[in-house]
Amino acid sequence: MTAQAQDPYRIGRSGGGEGEETTGRGEGGPASKRTTVGYGFWIYLLSDIILFSGFFAAYAVLAKQTAGGPGPRDLFGQERVAIETAALLLSSFTCGLAGVAAERRNLLWAQAGLLATGMLGAVFLGLELSEFAEMIGKGAGPQRSAFLSAFFGLVGLHGLHIGVGLLWLGTMMAQLWVKGFQPQILRRLMCFNLFWHALDIVWVGIFTMVYLMGVAP
Amino acid sequence: MSEHSDSGDTAPGAEAAGGEEFAGGIASYAVGLALAALLTAAAFLVVNVPVVWRPAIPMALVVLAVAQMGVHLVFFLHVTTGPDNTNNVLALAFGALVVLLLIGGSVWILSHLDHAMMPMDRQMHGFP
Repeated sequence: MTAQAQDPYRIGRSGGGEGEETTGRGEGGPASKRTTVGYGFWIYLLSDIILFSGFFAAYAVLAKQTAGGPGPRDLFGQERVAIETAALLLSSFTCGLAGVAAERRNLLWAQAGLLATGMLGAVFLGLELSEFAEMIGKGAGPQRSAFLSAFFGLVGLHGLHIGVGLLWLGTMMAQLWVKGFQPQILRRLMCFNLFWHALDIVWVGIFTMVYLMGVAP
Repeated sequence: MSEHSDSGDTAPGAEAAGGEEFAGGIASYAVGLALAALLTAAAFLVVNVPVVWRPAIPMALVVLAVAQMGVHLVFFLHVTTGPDNTNNVLALAFGALVVLLLIGGSVWILSHLDHAMMPMDRQMHGFP
């Protein structure tokens, strides 16, 4: 199919040439694919954050309903949360560096940044799972009280996102390795970057509301 | 990517105007990391060291968290007030509105219900 057949009215006034970036408010035709893909993924991320906000609301409402069981002060250790927070923040940083390296078509640094991101994400997930295992071992599982149900729901949902993100990350590294810097690979990488940064933003909410407010004097 | 005119849209997370904006490139991520680390450290400090008046600690934590989310949005996600970001900012504003309504509304309504409800022990034994 020729460019003329795809766009008979030449809405994209560049004539459909490759590599043309015709963007913005209808001037010069529709936005580039990179912009529309990024925008669509941004909308998804916002809806995901709204999903999280439901869990946040449930936690805020149920946080004091411990049913005579252990409360936040008995369960949460600040050291582990501090390490988790540092790991996730650093992974957000390395993920951004990988994105910049990919923009500059530097395969080595892009892969190194993604690898660092994945390892820091794995550290985070490992610490979180060990915390869950410890709590369940102490008899403070999700079935103990409304507070613990809300806690496992909220923090577990975030952990699930991190786990899925790690799978995505591995896939991206493999695709980058095999296919190189093709436009669609770069777009996926951009979406992954957005996803990972958004998860870090959600974690800011979690460590503030769940962990720090839970142990605040 | 680098061909944007100033009237074009940018994808969220993409840098506008050939990286000439304030929060562009690796420097942006470094500044963002430093600020975020600072705000995180401040949040942990507020909880562990008596620097803030006790009843104000939750509010101080909320302020620090909102500030850190702002830092993440600007320096990591490159959401700016520039004309190329109008759509992204509008979508974000709507998302923030829904989040505020959901969390604020739930907490508000349920705290009122909780307040208006009779304590469990009195409910079971009737009025004194």
